[in-house]
Amino acid sequence: MPSPLSEKQIVDIGKSNKRKYILEKFSARLFLFCALLSVISLLLIIGFVFYKGAHPFIAEGYSFIDFIFGMDWVPSEGKFGIFPMIVASIFATFGALIIGVPIGLFTAIFLAEIAPKTIAKLISPAVQLLAGIPSVLYGVFGLAIIVPFLQNNLGLAKGQSLLAVIIVLAIMMLPTIVTVAETAIRAVPKTYREGSLALGASQIGTIFKVVVPAAKSGIMAAIVLGLGRAIGETMAVILVAGNSLILPTSLTDSVRPLTTNIALEMGYAFGTHQEMLFATGIVLFSFILLLNFVLAKIGSKGGK
Amino acid sequence: MGFFRKTTIGLLVLSLAAVLTACGNNNENGKDSSNGSGGTISISGSTSVGPLAEKIADKYKEKNENVNIEVNQIGSSAGITNATSGVSEIGMSSRDLKEEEKVGLNETIVAYDGIVVVTHPTNNVKDLTMEQVKQIFTGEVTNWKQLGGDDMEIVVVSREDGSGSRDAFQEIVGYTSGELIRNSIVASGNGNIKTTVATNKHAVGFISFEYIDDTISTLKINGVEATAENVLQQKYSLSRPFLFVHKEENLSQAGQQFIDYILSPDGQAIVSEAGAIPVN
Repeated sequence: MPSPLSEKQIVDIGKSNKRKYILEKFSARLFLFCALLSVISLLLIIGFVFYKGAHPFIAEGYSFIDFIFGMDWVPSEGKFGIFPMIVASIFATFGALIIGVPIGLFTAIFLAEIAPKTIAKLISPAVQLLAGIPSVLYGVFGLAIIVPFLQNNLGLAKGQSLLAVIIVLAIMMLPTIVTVAETAIRAVPKTYREGSLALGASQIGTIFKVVVPAAKSGIMAAIVLGLGRAIGETMAVILVAGNSLILPTSLTDSVRPLTTNIALEMGYAFGTHQEMLFATGIVLFSFILLLNFVLAKIGSKGGK
Repeated sequence: MGFFRKTTIGLLVLSLAAVLTACGNNNENGKDSSNGSGGTISISGSTSVGPLAEKIADKYKEKNENVNIEVNQIGSSAGITNATSGVSEIGMSSRDLKEEEKVGLNETIVAYDGIVVVTHPTNNVKDLTMEQVKQIFTGEVTNWKQLGGDDMEIVVVSREDGSGSRDAFQEIVGYTSGELIRNSIVASGNGNIKTTVATNKHAVGFISFEYIDDTISTLKINGVEATAENVLQQKYSLSRPFLFVHKEENLSQAGQQFIDYILSPDGQAIVSEAGAIPVN
């Protein structure tokens, strides 16, 4: 049974409540500020890139069509065409997908469905560690191992090539694909597998006919995220791409994707040249936005 | 969405870092003017002038302990931009200034540099005419056989558009960026070119004298060896000035003293020690 409170105690409780109330308010405001900070920086970055990048087309009379479809990039002569780079970026990314998706998907299936716990415990951390390696180290690895390997074994004059980029990007996108796809596969209800096995299907049959289709939207998300990692990658690519300004026609051509064009020349660029690099950034940004949009679509489908 | 969130956070951290650095610079500049000959001198620009500036700065700091010198190697154009905007007190350039860059900037020639054409040590082509160099870099000649070497494809390695070394090289050899062979490898920085050439027996590139070592083979031009004496006697034609640029109103007393030091006999001795060519 509570003893009656004195007047002083009631005032004290009121005070401490008030203090609590102020602290609550303050915390809420602080968290809101932090949350807004990332939104603000996003808006600032977008605004800055678009402001800088759009300037030559609005104020200096350059044609955006010529920029996108132009074949020549000679900044010192005022020629800014990034078509070969767009093609290089797309080829490199999809090439990496062709190698990276099957390997990543099979790894995910192995980890989630087949592997004994002890082996899974060994492979899982290894895959995640792969994600933590700084990208420039992938580039150094590519330059020291993959480039000479291609050069010597394919009899090329130079190993810096589209193929080298594809291999490096495929390795880099593996952790993303494996982690997301594995989660999706594990989320498939156990009853699906039991039903399939009870009907006499084999384990592999069950995986490919029942489990993978059921995890389809998650696996698609894994692929799109891997794509996002590949298309935006810069430091690793700059070292193995060769950065030549040609429209790639074979896997052994050296290429310059959009990202490396920006990183390679930004340090030296000024005036229109610099703005055109920002414009290159806009094109890259559009690709990323498109991917994000696709991802959101997949996500909403998966929810149903 | 983890990937995109990570990217955003990364960008945020970067922008914060940028803001902080910018503030830092301002403070240091403020100190310069009040402390007279003490304080921090910020220097940025050419990757060709950079190693030389670092060496001179080290020696200078031994004698003047209250002076701190920061050298950032970010390329000639960026260095000139920084000197103009006041981000750096002094900009380093390894090429002559363009008309549009000259506004309000004072130039000081602190040294001369030679550019040398380099190949893989196993390449038996050791002497080229200027015309042949031009033919290689414009793609008229694509096999070492055509130059008296082995029957193998030539892989051209060039610096990126906007690099001071590239501008100077192209101007002296006599071709434009538009004429550069399209499938050339483009590498950023002298060191990068050296590594690329040192690891590919097909390759040919160009670097500053300072970067010469025995991982690459240096070529004679028109029969003249790439040496400092030949540059000073104007026999070797692939050479260019190293410039310090500054705005009069941004130059602190410490900065002026540093420039004076480079031009002094002591400073010029370091210049020749570093592999560049003294002005006198």
